Amino acid sequence: MAVIAAAIWFLAHNTLENMRVRGIQSGFGFLAQPAGFDIGESAFAFDSGEPYWKAFLVGLSNTLRAALVGIVLTTILGTLIGIGRLSRNFLVRGLCTGYVELFRNIPVLIQLLMWYTVLNGDWLPPASEALHPLPGIFLSKSGMSFPVPEWEQGHGVSLAGFAIGIVVAWLYRRWARSAFEKTGVARPMVWPALLIACAGALLGWLAGGAPTALEMPVRNDLNVSGGGAVTPEFLAVTLGLTIYTASFVAEIVRSGIQSVSWGQTEAAGALGLSRAQALKLVLLPQALRVIIPPLTNQYLNLTKNSSLAVAVGYPDLVSISNTTLNQTGRAVECITILMAVYLTLSLVTAALMNWYNARSAIRER
Amino acid sequence: MDTALRPPVIARPPPTRHVGLLARLRKSLFADWKNALATVIVVALLVRWVPEFYNWAVVRSVTQPDNDACRALDHAGACWGVIAEKYRLILFGRYPFDEQWRPLVATLLMVAMLVASCTRVLWSRWLIAAWIAVLAIFFVLMRGGVAGLAPVETARWGGVPLTMLLSTLSIAAGFPIAVLVALGRRSHLPAIRSMCIVYVELIRGVPLISVLFMASFMFPLFMPPGISVDVLVRVLVGITLFSAAYLAEVVRGGLQAIPKGQHEAAAAMGLSYWQTQRKIILPQALRMVVPSIMNSFISTFKDTSLVTIVSLYDLTGSLALALGGDANWRQFYLEGYLFIAAIYWGFCFAMSRYSQWVERRLNVANAH
Amino acid sequence: MSSSIEEFPMRTSTLQVIAATSLALAAGTFAASAYAGKTLDAVKQRDQVVCGVNTGLAGFSAADSQGNWVGLDVDICKAIAAAVLGDAKKVKWVPLNAQQRFTALQSGEVDILSRNTTFTLTRDASLGLFMTAVTYYDGQGFIVPKKSKITSAKQLKNAEICVQSGTTTEKNLTDYFKSINVKMKPVVFEGFEASVKAFFAGRCQAYTTDASGLASIRNKEAPKPDDYLILPELISKEPLGPMVRRGDDEWFTIVKWAIYALLEAEEYGLTQANVDQMKSSTEPPIQRMLGTTEDTGKLLGLDKEWAYREIKAVGNYGEIFERNVGPQSALKLPRGLNNLWNKGGLQYAPPIR
Repeated sequence: MAVIAAAIWFLAHNTLENMRVRGIQSGFGFLAQPAGFDIGESAFAFDSGEPYWKAFLVGLSNTLRAALVGIVLTTILGTLIGIGRLSRNFLVRGLCTGYVELFRNIPVLIQLLMWYTVLNGDWLPPASEALHPLPGIFLSKSGMSFPVPEWEQGHGVSLAGFAIGIVVAWLYRRWARSAFEKTGVARPMVWPALLIACAGALLGWLAGGAPTALEMPVRNDLNVSGGGAVTPEFLAVTLGLTIYTASFVAEIVRSGIQSVSWGQTEAAGALGLSRAQALKLVLLPQALRVIIPPLTNQYLNLTKNSSLAVAVGYPDLVSISNTTLNQTGRAVECITILMAVYLTLSLVTAALMNWYNARSAIRER
Repeated sequence: MDTALRPPVIARPPPTRHVGLLARLRKSLFADWKNALATVIVVALLVRWVPEFYNWAVVRSVTQPDNDACRALDHAGACWGVIAEKYRLILFGRYPFDEQWRPLVATLLMVAMLVASCTRVLWSRWLIAAWIAVLAIFFVLMRGGVAGLAPVETARWGGVPLTMLLSTLSIAAGFPIAVLVALGRRSHLPAIRSMCIVYVELIRGVPLISVLFMASFMFPLFMPPGISVDVLVRVLVGITLFSAAYLAEVVRGGLQAIPKGQHEAAAAMGLSYWQTQRKIILPQALRMVVPSIMNSFISTFKDTSLVTIVSLYDLTGSLALALGGDANWRQFYLEGYLFIAAIYWGFCFAMSRYSQWVERRLNVANAH
Repeated sequence: MSSSIEEFPMRTSTLQVIAATSLALAAGTFAASAYAGKTLDAVKQRDQVVCGVNTGLAGFSAADSQGNWVGLDVDICKAIAAAVLGDAKKVKWVPLNAQQRFTALQSGEVDILSRNTTFTLTRDASLGLFMTAVTYYDGQGFIVPKKSKITSAKQLKNAEICVQSGTTTEKNLTDYFKSINVKMKPVVFEGFEASVKAFFAGRCQAYTTDASGLASIRNKEAPKPDDYLILPELISKEPLGPMVRRGDDEWFTIVKWAIYALLEAEEYGLTQANVDQMKSSTEPPIQRMLGTTEDTGKLLGLDKEWAYREIKAVGNYGEIFERNVGPQSALKLPRGLNNLWNKGGLQYAPPIR
């Protein structure tokens, strides 16, 4: 104990001494100063006059954007491939096995860089000659631009309607489940819930005045501006991370499904359940117990791997932190902020998944 | 039964609809409409893309290091000439051209040692001694300065030898740390336990790249002024700490799987804490987690590609070095990436196959 | 449960050793703090100057395929090595990227950072480093493909501009476009190679860096140099020069005056070729510089032939410029602002006396 305390004191003392001797300043006050740099893409408006802490926020929003899209896509893709690996069809099985073995064994940084090279390749025209396949959609080396609705009051009401719709859908599901328990009549669960939620959004939109204004991208001499854009950097990061992590998720899903004993499938067949019903009602709930913990790990890995976006020019948190570090020279503070944010994200994700795991655990008698 | 009244029925072969290659194919590929649809889609995709890819990669490709021929291709075919031209720079980094036999020999020695460590026959005390000898030879060969070899500073090491060095040393050095941290996490002393937990959770919660940044930017500030640490050592310390945290979790899993009876029997025999760990617990635990350790090694091997972001020229970085500064060959980055991806894939695939084999053998051995 | 002493029988002696070592090291910290002022001693003891340079910027510091470094910043370091140690070859070259350069100098990994670094208030005041003298007056500019038909930076409305992170370039870019009230989007890359690669792949419509860097890029990196145009606007002042650590006035003065000596040499017509016969000159300024009458080196901590060795090794500032970035070199940059004060430029060295 004394040893470790002495070591920590030694390190801290050295750092402070070094910084004093070399005249390096410390402290978090720099966060309130104007950033002085623009950020290439961000979810909300950012100007170079805004303070550094807002720049960090933009970086965080970019990281979360890439991570969330990646997590959703990788779950879908990984599950499909995992199930495909257990298919009877040897072509599908072989293809999925090949996919997993290929993308699992190549480092993620190389995959990101390769995707970025491909997306920047010559098969897309430069921005000044962007392709125009559909009205409002432009495709070029600088990414894909599409029209976005202009944010108005009506959209807020629509969102509120959507939220109310979700609550009503949840209530419906509860009622349907209790009705099933009482009477044995199975009612559809998925489609009505989705319909109710969408109806809520639609009603909200109508009530808000049905705003339809769209911000269209416009092609000018140089490139395409306006509208929403999916840049090649974002695409490279999301695609690369999705495809890499999906190979691990596929293995996890496969081992989860295989962990359910064959007797369960046979028993479900004996009860007269179809394959889809057996999967949904018998196999998946048991498989999920085995799948969730390593799946959590993969989600965390994906979030952490999104930090590699700095190598392809995507302005995520690490990239912004790097720029700030170079402009202000505050290495210790910037890296501390970086590590603190990632640590928080990891702990939050782990806590969420632990809650889900506890909720879905089989209560043994 | 009266066999005289009923003539014996000769066994007939099964109906052709259910046996034979065609039937197997039908059962596998066209069992129901969903399967049939999947088969049609997959076959269509393969027919569309595989010949195209083959054409690009083999038929129309240029393998001579001829820049004009490559440019004339205009991406209709692969330009493998870029590999033929630059392979030494990619594989060995900035190591002096004439001395490149040294990293070649060093890498082959290291790979041979890794393969030797994987064959169970050779697991003995001598293996550790052999490892130390090989590491010493590796350093001597790469560094030079003795036995008539020209000195080459660590800043010039790169490519495959650097990747091998980083991954092997970080696992080798991280392993003792991981064992200590895993034991510390199960200790009864709250101070040690909390410190180990903080260390593991902190490192596992942050991306490797931030640990590398910390190592390369902040490490010099941690040292007393006047001591400057080599960049390679700094990055090595960063990767070692990182892999040690993950290895600690793996070892802890193994420790948790040891039945309590072993601890109690050891205590009953009067063994001290460290004797118990050394002679009873750790051998069993480590043997159990060998596949997971192999997985960690594979992960670390892949993670060494990140050191290119802190400007150490491992295999990924040396590609940027080779092609980045050369305007003539820069448009053939994709072929370069495919080349190093193939190298990584080869190593990782072999290692993962081996770890699966070990796992199967262990499962057979453990199943009584 | 067994007591802790039994659990850790080996603790006591090891603990004592470790505690003693760390206390000794901590005590060493106080003693070692004074090290920061003794770069000259370290350089002389090592018999080598450790020089931080660019990983590869043609004209300023780049290594050829044999590993020999050439460039303007490289020649400055060679001059300092010649002045201090007597031999321009006694230099260890440490290539640094934009992110590592300041930490490397701060931590003592290099003695001098000669890496086309801009002189700004933040760098001078808050990094614990000092700028010495300006070796190249530069400005930031843009390069565009001729196909885009852009002839002025003001036409870059809504353009995507590739830029390297970790440089003053980013900040200047946003400041300039804010001042002319034009919107643009920066695409920021981590490394020089990545940013250049993206520009030449067509990802952005323009690339921005110092004008000298643009010339270097156009000549060395562009697949077809004639397809690209460097726009006429210089949007910022970029005085480039070597940096040293704070707290070591002796080394700071040596580096500063080594650079001034190169400028004075050009002013008085001393070249690499004629410096030997100029030793017998009767002009007092030349005699002082070459050490035939006064010993100016003693005041710096060097010997009297410090300037002579410098000029003999690399020539005067004009020769360095011509060789590396001048109209005869691959970069073909005009002297412009980098000419001597009496020839219309900004290079003005205080007198050596």
